[in-house]
Amino acid sequence: METLIDFVLLSFLVFTALAVAKMHDLFAVVMLSGIYSLLSASLFFDLDAVDVAFTEASVGAGISTLLMLASLKLVGRYERRTRYRPMLALGVVLATGTLLIYGTLDMPHFGSAEAPVHQHVAPRYLHDSMDEVGVPNVVTSVLASYRGYDTLGETLVIFTAGIGVISLLRVSRRTKKEEKKRVPADMQQQIILRVVVKWLLPLILIFALYVQFHGDYGPGGGFQAGVIFAAGIILYTMLFGLSNASRAYKPELLELLSAFGVLLYAGVGLVCMVLGGNFLDYNVLRHDPVHGQHLGILLVELGVGITVASVMITIFFKFTWRTVKHKYIKSR
Amino acid sequence: MMDILLDIISWIFLVSGSFFCLTGAVGLLRFPEFFSRIHAASLTDTLGASLILIGLMFQAGWQLALPKLILILIFSLLAGTTASHAMGKAALQSGLRPLDQDKDGKEPDEEEELTWKP
Repeated sequence: METLIDFVLLSFLVFTALAVAKMHDLFAVVMLSGIYSLLSASLFFDLDAVDVAFTEASVGAGISTLLMLASLKLVGRYERRTRYRPMLALGVVLATGTLLIYGTLDMPHFGSAEAPVHQHVAPRYLHDSMDEVGVPNVVTSVLASYRGYDTLGETLVIFTAGIGVISLLRVSRRTKKEEKKRVPADMQQQIILRVVVKWLLPLILIFALYVQFHGDYGPGGGFQAGVIFAAGIILYTMLFGLSNASRAYKPELLELLSAFGVLLYAGVGLVCMVLGGNFLDYNVLRHDPVHGQHLGILLVELGVGITVASVMITIFFKFTWRTVKHKYIKSR
Repeated sequence: MMDILLDIISWIFLVSGSFFCLTGAVGLLRFPEFFSRIHAASLTDTLGASLILIGLMFQAGWQLALPKLILILIFSLLAGTTASHAMGKAALQSGLRPLDQDKDGKEPDEEEELTWKP
Protein backbone atom coordinates (compact mmCIF):
# COMPACT_ATOMS: atom_id res chain seq x y z
CA MET A 1 0.00 0.00 0.00
CA GLU A 2 2.78 2.43 0.92
CA THR A 3 4.63 1.56 -2.28
CA LEU A 4 1.48 2.39 -4.24
CA ILE A 5 1.19 5.78 -2.51
CA ASP A 6 4.88 6.47 -3.17
CA PHE A 7 4.41 5.52 -6.80
CA VAL A 8 1.38 7.79 -7.26
CA LEU A 9 3.11 10.73 -5.51
CA LEU A 10 6.28 10.28 -7.55
CA SER A 11 4.36 10.23 -10.83
CA PHE A 12 2.52 13.40 -9.71
CA LEU A 13 5.94 14.94 -9.08
CA VAL A 14 7.09 14.06 -12.59
CA PHE A 15 3.94 15.50 -14.17
CA THR A 16 4.26 18.70 -12.12
CA ALA A 17 7.90 19.09 -13.15
CA LEU A 18 6.98 18.60 -16.81
CA ALA A 19 4.20 21.17 -16.53
CA VAL A 20 6.64 23.65 -14.92
CA ALA A 21 9.07 23.16 -17.79
CA LYS A 22 6.31 23.59 -20.37
CA MET A 23 4.54 26.70 -19.03
CA HIS A 24 5.28 30.30 -19.94
CA ASP A 25 2.95 31.89 -17.38
CA LEU A 26 5.29 32.39 -14.44
CA PHE A 27 2.44 32.82 -11.97
CA ALA A 28 1.25 29.31 -12.76
CA VAL A 29 4.83 28.08 -12.56
CA VAL A 30 5.18 29.49 -9.03
CA MET A 31 1.92 27.84 -7.99
CA LEU A 32 3.01 24.55 -9.54
CA SER A 33 6.35 24.68 -7.74
CA GLY A 34 4.39 25.14 -4.51
CA ILE A 35 2.39 22.04 -5.40
CA TYR A 36 5.65 20.26 -6.20
CA SER A 37 6.96 21.04 -2.73
CA LEU A 38 3.73 19.93 -1.12
CA LEU A 39 3.86 16.65 -3.03
CA SER A 40 7.44 16.02 -1.96
CA ALA A 41 6.44 16.86 1.59
CA SER A 42 3.74 14.17 1.40
CA LEU A 43 6.33 11.80 -0.02
CA PHE A 44 8.72 12.50 2.87
CA PHE A 45 5.85 12.02 5.29
CA ASP A 46 5.08 8.69 3.70
CA LEU A 47 8.73 7.73 4.16
CA ASP A 48 8.36 8.55 7.90
CA ALA A 49 10.67 11.57 7.64
CA VAL A 50 8.26 13.86 9.47
CA ASP A 51 10.77 16.61 10.23
CA VAL A 52 11.90 16.84 6.63
CA ALA A 53 8.28 16.84 5.47
CA PHE A 54 7.50 19.66 7.87
CA THR A 55 10.46 21.68 6.62
CA GLU A 56 9.59 21.06 3.00
CA ALA A 57 5.96 22.04 3.55
CA SER A 58 6.78 25.24 5.44
CA VAL A 59 9.84 26.34 3.48
CA GLY A 60 9.18 24.94 0.03
CA ALA A 61 5.42 25.27 -0.25
CA GLY A 62 5.04 28.18 2.15
CA ILE A 63 7.66 30.87 2.29
CA SER A 64 9.46 30.30 -1.01
CA THR A 65 6.14 30.51 -2.89
CA LEU A 66 5.49 33.82 -1.13
CA LEU A 67 8.96 35.16 -1.95
CA MET A 68 8.63 34.00 -5.56
CA LEU A 69 5.31 35.82 -5.84
CA ALA A 70 6.93 38.94 -4.42
CA SER A 71 9.71 38.74 -6.99
CA LEU A 72 7.19 37.99 -9.74
CA LYS A 73 5.62 41.34 -8.98
CA LEU A 74 8.99 42.87 -9.89
CA VAL A 75 9.90 40.92 -13.00
CA GLY A 76 6.52 40.57 -14.69
CA ARG A 77 4.23 37.65 -15.17
CA TYR A 78 5.19 36.12 -18.51
CA GLU A 79 8.36 34.44 -19.59
CA ARG A 80 10.11 36.01 -22.55
CA ARG A 81 9.85 33.83 -25.62
CA THR A 82 13.17 32.49 -26.77
CA ARG A 83 13.69 32.73 -30.52
CA TYR A 84 16.28 29.97 -30.70
CA ARG A 85 16.02 26.35 -29.71
CA PRO A 86 18.56 25.54 -27.01
CA MET A 87 19.47 22.11 -28.39
CA LEU A 88 22.92 22.12 -26.80
CA ALA A 89 21.44 22.66 -23.35
CA LEU A 90 18.97 19.83 -23.96
CA GLY A 91 21.87 17.58 -24.94
CA VAL A 92 23.83 18.44 -21.82
CA VAL A 93 20.79 17.87 -19.61
CA LEU A 94 20.03 14.53 -21.27
CA ALA A 95 23.64 13.36 -20.94
CA THR A 96 23.81 14.39 -17.27
CA GLY A 97 20.44 12.77 -16.57
CA THR A 98 21.52 9.53 -18.20
CA LEU A 99 24.73 9.51 -16.19
CA LEU A 100 22.84 10.15 -12.97
CA ILE A 101 20.36 7.37 -13.67
CA TYR A 102 23.28 5.09 -14.53
CA GLY A 103 24.80 6.09 -11.20
CA THR A 104 21.69 5.08 -9.30
CA LEU A 105 22.04 1.52 -10.63
CA ASP A 106 24.94 0.98 -8.24
CA MET A 107 23.03 2.33 -5.27
CA PRO A 108 21.60 -0.04 -2.67
CA HIS A 109 17.96 -1.00 -3.10
CA PHE A 110 15.23 1.20 -1.65
CA GLY A 111 14.87 0.43 2.06
CA SER A 112 17.75 -2.03 2.05
CA ALA A 113 19.23 -2.58 5.50
CA GLU A 114 22.71 -3.04 4.03
CA ALA A 115 22.86 0.50 2.69
CA PRO A 116 25.92 2.43 3.94
CA VAL A 117 23.67 5.05 5.56
CA HIS A 118 22.28 2.45 7.90
CA GLN A 119 25.72 1.00 8.67
CA HIS A 120 27.91 3.96 9.47
CA VAL A 121 26.82 6.42 12.19
CA ALA A 122 23.05 5.96 12.08
CA PRO A 123 22.99 3.01 14.55
CA ARG A 124 24.84 5.10 17.13
CA TYR A 125 22.45 8.02 16.64
CA LEU A 126 19.45 5.75 17.05
CA HIS A 127 20.71 3.68 19.98
CA ASP A 128 22.72 6.11 22.07
CA SER A 129 20.99 9.41 21.37
CA MET A 130 18.69 9.04 24.35
CA ASP A 131 21.59 8.46 26.77
CA GLU A 132 24.01 10.93 25.21
CA VAL A 133 21.70 13.79 24.30
CA GLY A 134 18.45 12.91 26.05
CA VAL A 135 16.15 14.47 23.48
CA PRO A 136 13.20 12.27 22.45
CA ASN A 137 13.24 13.49 18.85
CA VAL A 138 16.36 11.90 17.37
CA VAL A 139 16.26 14.20 14.35
CA THR A 140 16.69 17.23 16.57
CA SER A 141 19.59 15.67 18.44
CA VAL A 142 21.31 14.77 15.15
CA LEU A 143 20.62 18.19 13.65
CA ALA A 144 21.58 20.36 16.60
CA SER A 145 24.08 18.27 18.49
CA TYR A 146 25.80 15.49 16.52
CA ARG A 147 25.77 17.52 13.33
CA GLY A 148 25.96 20.96 14.89
CA TYR A 149 28.59 22.15 12.42
CA ASP A 150 26.37 21.43 9.41
CA THR A 151 23.45 23.29 10.92
CA LEU A 152 25.70 26.23 11.72
CA GLY A 153 26.68 26.21 8.06
CA GLU A 154 23.04 26.15 6.96
CA THR A 155 22.22 29.07 9.23
CA LEU A 156 25.18 30.96 7.80
CA VAL A 157 23.90 30.29 4.27
CA ILE A 158 20.54 31.85 5.13
CA PHE A 159 22.28 34.77 6.83
CA THR A 160 24.45 35.30 3.75
CA ALA A 161 21.39 35.29 1.50
CA GLY A 162 19.86 37.93 3.74
CA ILE A 163 23.01 40.08 3.56
CA GLY A 164 23.02 39.77 -0.22
CA VAL A 165 19.45 40.98 -0.55
CA ILE A 166 19.99 43.77 1.99
CA SER A 167 23.06 45.09 0.19
CA LEU A 168 21.52 44.80 -3.28
CA LEU A 169 18.13 46.36 -2.63
CA ARG A 170 18.34 49.64 -0.80
CA VAL A 171 15.29 51.73 0.05
CA SER A 172 15.48 55.49 -0.30
CA ARG A 173 14.08 57.78 2.37
CA ARG A 174 11.86 59.46 -0.18
CA THR A 175 10.05 56.22 -1.00
CA LYS A 176 9.62 55.51 2.68
CA LYS A 177 8.12 58.95 3.24
CA GLU A 178 5.71 58.64 0.35
CA GLU A 179 4.53 55.22 1.45
CA LYS A 180 4.01 56.26 5.07
CA LYS A 181 0.92 54.72 6.73
CA ARG A 182 -0.55 53.77 3.35
CA VAL A 183 -2.56 50.56 3.10
CA PRO A 184 -2.67 48.86 -0.33
CA ALA A 185 -5.85 49.98 -2.09
CA ASP A 186 -7.03 46.50 -3.12
CA MET A 187 -6.62 45.31 0.44
CA GLN A 188 -8.63 48.09 2.06
CA GLN A 189 -11.85 46.53 0.78
CA GLN A 190 -10.97 43.06 1.97
CA ILE A 191 -12.79 43.37 5.28
CA ILE A 192 -13.32 39.65 5.78
CA LEU A 193 -9.70 38.91 5.05
CA ARG A 194 -8.53 41.59 7.46
CA VAL A 195 -10.76 40.41 10.28
CA VAL A 196 -9.81 36.76 9.83
CA VAL A 197 -6.12 37.63 9.70
CA LYS A 198 -6.46 39.65 12.89
CA TRP A 199 -7.92 36.52 14.48
CA LEU A 200 -5.44 34.10 13.05
CA LEU A 201 -2.20 36.07 13.31
CA PRO A 202 -1.67 35.57 17.08
CA LEU A 203 -2.45 31.88 16.65
CA ILE A 204 0.08 31.57 13.82
CA LEU A 205 2.76 33.25 15.91
CA ILE A 206 1.98 31.08 18.93
CA PHE A 207 2.14 28.02 16.71
CA ALA A 208 5.55 29.17 15.50
CA LEU A 209 6.76 29.41 19.10
CA TYR A 210 5.28 25.97 19.83
CA VAL A 211 7.16 24.50 16.87
CA GLN A 212 10.32 26.26 18.05
CA PHE A 213 10.31 25.02 21.61
CA HIS A 214 8.61 21.69 21.02
CA GLY A 215 11.26 20.66 18.50
CA ASP A 216 12.97 18.51 21.14
CA TYR A 217 9.89 16.34 21.55
CA GLY A 218 8.16 16.32 18.20
CA PRO A 219 8.79 17.34 14.63
CA GLY A 220 9.85 20.95 14.42
CA GLY A 221 12.73 23.20 15.27
CA GLY A 222 14.32 26.50 14.44
CA PHE A 223 14.00 26.41 10.67
CA GLN A 224 10.31 25.59 10.53
CA ALA A 225 9.45 27.90 13.42
CA GLY A 226 11.31 30.83 11.88
CA VAL A 227 9.61 30.31 8.56
CA ILE A 228 6.14 30.06 10.09
CA PHE A 229 6.77 33.20 12.14
CA ALA A 230 7.93 35.05 9.03
CA ALA A 231 4.89 33.81 7.09
CA GLY A 232 2.61 35.29 9.75
CA ILE A 233 4.34 38.68 9.55
CA ILE A 234 4.26 38.60 5.74
CA LEU A 235 0.53 37.91 5.85
CA TYR A 236 0.13 40.98 8.05
CA THR A 237 2.29 43.04 5.71
CA MET A 238 0.26 42.09 2.65
CA LEU A 239 -2.99 43.16 4.26
CA PHE A 240 -2.07 46.20 6.32
CA GLY A 241 0.62 47.80 4.22
CA LEU A 242 4.36 47.77 4.26
CA SER A 243 4.99 50.92 6.24
CA ASN A 244 2.61 49.83 9.00
CA ALA A 245 4.41 46.50 9.26
CA SER A 246 7.83 48.16 9.23
CA ARG A 247 6.77 50.31 12.14
CA ALA A 248 6.13 47.19 14.22
CA TYR A 249 9.09 45.22 12.85
CA LYS A 250 11.81 47.79 12.34
CA PRO A 251 14.13 46.84 9.45
CA GLU A 252 17.20 47.90 11.42
CA LEU A 253 16.16 45.65 14.30
CA LEU A 254 15.53 42.76 11.89
CA GLU A 255 18.97 43.18 10.37
CA LEU A 256 20.51 43.13 13.84
CA LEU A 257 18.46 40.08 14.82
CA SER A 258 19.48 38.11 11.74
CA ALA A 259 23.10 38.59 12.76
CA PHE A 260 22.28 37.93 16.41
CA GLY A 261 20.91 34.44 15.66
CA VAL A 262 24.11 33.31 13.99
CA LEU A 263 26.10 34.96 16.76
CA LEU A 264 24.08 33.10 19.38
CA TYR A 265 24.74 29.80 17.60
CA ALA A 266 28.46 30.35 17.19
CA GLY A 267 28.66 31.93 20.65
CA VAL A 268 27.33 28.77 22.27
CA GLY A 269 30.10 26.91 20.47
CA LEU A 270 32.71 29.35 21.74
CA VAL A 271 31.39 29.17 25.30
CA CYS A 272 31.76 25.39 25.08
CA MET A 273 35.38 25.89 24.05
CA VAL A 274 36.01 28.31 26.91
CA LEU A 275 34.54 25.82 29.36
CA GLY A 276 36.98 23.19 28.19
CA GLY A 277 35.09 21.19 25.59
CA ASN A 278 35.21 21.09 21.83
CA PHE A 279 33.44 23.62 19.63
CA LEU A 280 29.67 22.97 19.93
CA ASP A 281 30.24 20.21 22.49
CA TYR A 282 27.36 21.04 24.81
CA ASN A 283 28.27 18.48 27.46
CA VAL A 284 30.35 21.02 29.36
CA LEU A 285 27.65 23.68 29.59
CA ARG A 286 26.21 22.19 32.76
CA HIS A 287 27.46 19.75 35.39
CA ASP A 288 25.26 17.02 33.97
CA PRO A 289 26.14 16.33 30.30
CA VAL A 290 22.52 15.61 29.35
CA HIS A 291 21.34 18.89 30.89
CA GLY A 292 24.13 20.63 29.06
CA GLN A 293 22.95 19.10 25.81
CA HIS A 294 19.39 20.27 26.51
CA LEU A 295 20.52 23.83 27.14
CA GLY A 296 22.82 23.84 24.14
CA ILE A 297 20.17 22.52 21.75
CA LEU A 298 17.61 25.01 23.06
CA LEU A 299 19.95 27.99 22.53
CA VAL A 300 21.18 26.80 19.15
CA GLU A 301 17.66 26.20 17.85
CA LEU A 302 16.65 29.61 19.13
CA GLY A 303 19.53 31.15 17.18
CA VAL A 304 18.45 29.33 14.02
CA GLY A 305 14.83 30.43 14.51
CA ILE A 306 15.74 34.10 15.05
CA THR A 307 18.01 34.22 12.01
CA VAL A 308 15.60 32.42 9.69
CA ALA A 309 12.60 34.50 10.72
CA SER A 310 14.34 37.86 10.49
CA VAL A 311 16.08 37.06 7.20
CA MET A 312 12.83 35.90 5.58
CA ILE A 313 10.94 38.99 6.76
CA THR A 314 13.79 41.23 5.62
CA ILE A 315 13.90 39.67 2.14
CA PHE A 316 10.14 40.09 1.74
CA PHE A 317 10.28 43.69 2.97
CA LYS A 318 13.09 44.53 0.56
CA PHE A 319 11.31 42.99 -2.42
CA THR A 320 8.11 44.81 -1.58
CA TRP A 321 9.86 48.16 -1.06
CA ARG A 322 11.22 47.69 -4.56
CA THR A 323 7.70 47.23 -5.94
CA VAL A 324 6.50 50.29 -4.05
CA LYS A 325 9.41 52.34 -5.40
CA HIS A 326 8.54 51.41 -8.99
CA LYS A 327 5.00 52.55 -8.38
CA TYR A 328 6.08 55.99 -7.18
CA ILE A 329 8.62 56.39 -9.98
CA LYS A 330 5.82 55.79 -12.48
CA SER A 331 3.53 58.34 -10.85
CA ARG A 332 6.20 61.04 -10.54
CA MET B 1 -19.64 -3.30 21.02
CA MET B 2 -18.76 0.33 21.66
CA ASP B 3 -15.66 0.02 19.50
CA ILE B 4 -17.61 -1.33 16.56
CA LEU B 5 -20.18 1.45 16.91
CA LEU B 6 -17.45 4.10 16.98
CA ASP B 7 -15.79 2.47 13.98
CA ILE B 8 -19.04 2.50 12.03
CA ILE B 9 -19.72 6.17 12.83
CA SER B 10 -16.17 7.14 11.99
CA TRP B 11 -16.27 5.27 8.68
CA ILE B 12 -19.55 6.91 7.74
CA PHE B 13 -17.88 10.30 8.22
CA LEU B 14 -14.69 9.25 6.43
CA VAL B 15 -16.49 7.84 3.40
CA SER B 16 -18.85 10.79 3.06
CA GLY B 17 -15.89 13.16 3.42
CA SER B 18 -14.06 11.33 0.66
CA PHE B 19 -17.20 11.47 -1.46
CA PHE B 20 -17.32 15.27 -1.14
CA CYS B 21 -13.61 15.53 -1.93
CA LEU B 22 -14.20 13.47 -5.06
CA THR B 23 -17.22 15.51 -6.18
CA GLY B 24 -15.19 18.66 -5.52
CA ALA B 25 -12.45 17.41 -7.81
CA VAL B 26 -14.96 16.41 -10.51
CA GLY B 27 -16.65 19.79 -10.25
CA LEU B 28 -13.32 21.60 -10.49
CA LEU B 29 -12.70 19.87 -13.80
CA ARG B 30 -16.23 19.96 -15.22
CA PHE B 31 -17.75 23.30 -14.22
CA PRO B 32 -17.82 25.96 -16.93
CA GLU B 33 -16.29 29.02 -15.29
CA PHE B 34 -14.24 30.37 -12.42
CA PHE B 35 -16.89 31.05 -9.78
CA SER B 36 -18.61 27.69 -9.97
CA ARG B 37 -15.19 26.04 -9.94
CA ILE B 38 -14.32 27.93 -6.76
CA HIS B 39 -17.53 26.56 -5.30
CA ALA B 40 -16.42 23.02 -6.11
CA ALA B 41 -12.90 23.56 -4.82
CA SER B 42 -14.05 25.08 -1.56
CA LEU B 43 -16.40 22.13 -1.09
CA THR B 44 -13.29 19.96 -0.86
CA ASP B 45 -11.77 22.39 1.64
CA THR B 46 -14.71 22.70 3.95
CA LEU B 47 -17.14 19.80 3.82
CA GLY B 48 -14.71 17.14 2.59
CA ALA B 49 -11.86 17.96 4.94
CA SER B 50 -14.17 18.59 7.92
CA LEU B 51 -15.99 15.29 7.55
CA ILE B 52 -12.72 13.41 7.23
CA LEU B 53 -11.34 15.19 10.30
CA ILE B 54 -14.47 14.36 12.30
CA GLY B 55 -14.14 10.75 11.21
CA LEU B 56 -10.53 10.77 12.38
CA MET B 57 -11.65 12.24 15.71
CA PHE B 58 -13.83 9.19 16.28
CA GLN B 59 -10.84 7.01 15.45
CA ALA B 60 -8.59 8.93 17.84
CA GLY B 61 -10.79 8.67 20.93
CA TRP B 62 -9.90 10.53 24.10
CA GLN B 63 -6.27 11.04 23.17
CA LEU B 64 -3.95 14.01 22.69
CA ALA B 65 -4.73 13.73 19.00
CA LEU B 66 -8.35 14.80 19.60
CA PRO B 67 -7.74 18.44 20.60
CA LYS B 68 -5.13 18.71 17.85
CA LEU B 69 -7.67 17.49 15.29
CA ILE B 70 -10.25 19.96 16.63
CA LEU B 71 -7.72 22.80 16.25
CA ILE B 72 -6.90 21.69 12.71
CA LEU B 73 -10.64 21.60 11.93
CA ILE B 74 -11.18 25.14 13.23
CA PHE B 75 -8.14 26.42 11.38
CA SER B 76 -9.04 24.77 8.09
CA LEU B 77 -12.62 26.05 8.31
CA LEU B 78 -11.40 29.61 8.94
CA ALA B 79 -8.55 29.62 6.45
CA GLY B 80 -10.19 27.62 3.66
CA THR B 81 -13.36 29.65 3.47
CA THR B 82 -11.45 32.93 3.73
CA ALA B 83 -9.11 31.88 0.94
CA SER B 84 -12.04 31.01 -1.34
CA HIS B 85 -13.69 34.32 -0.53
CA ALA B 86 -10.48 36.22 -1.26
CA MET B 87 -10.06 34.43 -4.58
CA GLY B 88 -13.62 35.14 -5.63
CA LYS B 89 -13.33 38.78 -4.65
CA ALA B 90 -9.99 39.17 -6.40
CA ALA B 91 -11.52 37.69 -9.56
CA LEU B 92 -14.48 40.10 -9.36
CA GLN B 93 -12.17 43.06 -8.82
CA SER B 94 -10.02 42.19 -11.79
CA GLY B 95 -13.09 42.12 -14.03
CA LEU B 96 -14.09 38.48 -14.26
CA ARG B 97 -17.90 38.09 -14.16
CA PRO B 98 -20.08 35.06 -13.55
CA LEU B 99 -21.55 33.51 -16.69
CA ASP B 100 -25.02 34.98 -16.22
CA GLN B 101 -23.81 38.56 -15.73
CA ASP B 102 -22.33 41.06 -18.13
CA LYS B 103 -19.51 43.49 -17.31
CA ASP B 104 -21.64 45.86 -15.23
CA GLY B 105 -22.89 43.03 -13.05
CA LYS B 106 -26.38 42.98 -14.65
CA GLU B 107 -28.06 39.91 -15.96
CA PRO B 108 -28.21 39.79 -19.77
CA ASP B 109 -31.49 39.73 -21.75
CA GLU B 110 -33.37 36.53 -22.18
CA GLU B 111 -32.79 36.35 -25.94
CA GLU B 112 -29.04 36.66 -25.67
CA GLU B 113 -27.26 33.36 -25.93
CA LEU B 114 -24.90 32.45 -23.14
CA THR B 115 -21.45 31.61 -24.33
CA TRP B 116 -20.30 28.44 -22.68
CA LYS B 117 -16.67 27.57 -22.85
CA PRO B 118 -16.14 24.41 -20.92
